[in-house]
Amino acid sequence: MEEKGTLRVKTGLAEMLKGGVIMDVTTPEQAKIAEEAGAVAVMALERVPADIRAAGGVARMADPTIIQEIMEAVTIPVMAKARIGHFVEAQILEALGVDYVDESEVLTPADEKFHINKWEFKVPFVCGAINLGEALRRIGEGAAMIRTKGEAGTGNVVEAVRHMRTINQEIRRLTVTPKEELMAVAKEMGAPYDLVCWVAENGRLPVVNFSAGGIATPADAAMMMQLGADGVFVGSGIFKSEDPAARARAIVEAVTHFNDPKILAEVSRGLGKAMAGLEITEIGKENLIQFRGW
Amino acid sequence: MRKRTIGVLALQGAVREHLMMLENCGAQGIAVKYPSELFACDGLIIPGGESTTIGKLIVRDGFLEALRKRASEDLPVYGTCAGLIVLARQVTEGNQPLLGLMDIVVRRNAYGRQVDSFEDDLIIKGIQDEEKPFRGIFIRAPWIEEVGPDVEVLCEHKGKVVMARQDRFLVSAFHPELTDDRRVHLYFLDMVKELLS
Repeated sequence: MEEKGTLRVKTGLAEMLKGGVIMDVTTPEQAKIAEEAGAVAVMALERVPADIRAAGGVARMADPTIIQEIMEAVTIPVMAKARIGHFVEAQILEALGVDYVDESEVLTPADEKFHINKWEFKVPFVCGAINLGEALRRIGEGAAMIRTKGEAGTGNVVEAVRHMRTINQEIRRLTVTPKEELMAVAKEMGAPYDLVCWVAENGRLPVVNFSAGGIATPADAAMMMQLGADGVFVGSGIFKSEDPAARARAIVEAVTHFNDPKILAEVSRGLGKAMAGLEITEIGKENLIQFRGW
Repeated sequence: MRKRTIGVLALQGAVREHLMMLENCGAQGIAVKYPSELFACDGLIIPGGESTTIGKLIVRDGFLEALRKRASEDLPVYGTCAGLIVLARQVTEGNQPLLGLMDIVVRRNAYGRQVDSFEDDLIIKGIQDEEKPFRGIFIRAPWIEEVGPDVEVLCEHKGKVVMARQDRFLVSAFHPELTDDRRVHLYFLDMVKELLS
């Protein structure tokens, strides 16, 4: 019997994106530059995170016209963001035919308590996480892909590193935890018991995990890959830099050859200015977006 | 008998799943990142991934000529999904770089976007217990629109060709590496064995 929107089909697309770079774009022209540079997918947005951060106010799902124009411009998968808990924005994105919905803390949350029930959708979801408990809660709600949150729009990789290291440490710890202790761990983490057991047995997340939030250079991207990311999202880092096409190509190459410092040295040359970065302590804790969602 | 060494082209895509499947089938899988590593392989799998991206990376990293040369000598190659596209002679739209090793014309994203991705039971000619269905996972999958006279069709789904073989080249539009069913990989390993003996 033919079945659509099964978990295997949803997680499968994320598997196909591994070892790749997903780039934020706001126009069809940028989407073409991203595709030409070798991006495996694009995230269709009205504004990149750095601009959302600067503009303040309420950030919402992009205008469907922009998303559709981008879908028409490229043949690679197109993702789009819905607000945390905003299931109607997600319904609209599914109706538009986007390939992945990002239930994203970069937009202003629409629900302070509940995320979207992602099992109800045929379109797959990617969600952010800063630790293992959060990742497993999202997977429990039906997310088919995880990305560590980092701190979007800063061009500062320090939070991305923290989140990737945290999740990997927690996974490593689970693999040496005796079975009888796992229920207590699940309770402490606030994560579904069966998923905690799966991770303890397999030593990895049950879905693909990309790194996001602050990646601005080929070296940043390669570091996240060496820390165990399956791939990277680059938001503001490309189109807020001096030479987006060259930087996009370089980051793609750095992700393929993340373990080869000679190639990394080569691709890091002559890219012009990276995006201006933000120091995390200067942003102030109340303005950090990684703490949106729970 | 020594284990067969099967390379999995590791530029982008579902590399790990093929490596795990190869191990389950008793072969040794290695990730291939540089053209020189092709010479250590008895066979090669080009995995699923984003075909536009893999096509570009094949050119960027010098695989286009190296692979054509190695394949024209004696290397058996199996392409899944994006790998199928890359092995084709022609795609119906666009002009992405192709290896052109198989006389097939391919339509990319033939079933539509991700919301149209699906799984379904398939009957595949020539695999073990061939009357037993194989669960085909199709993800933004292509189909084969035309096949040349030397191409053998191994599987059709609703009238579309989704798996085929030409001499030592094998392609499927679906993803056996995302299932627990080893039969398609075992079929490819048998091809490798035949060609080596």
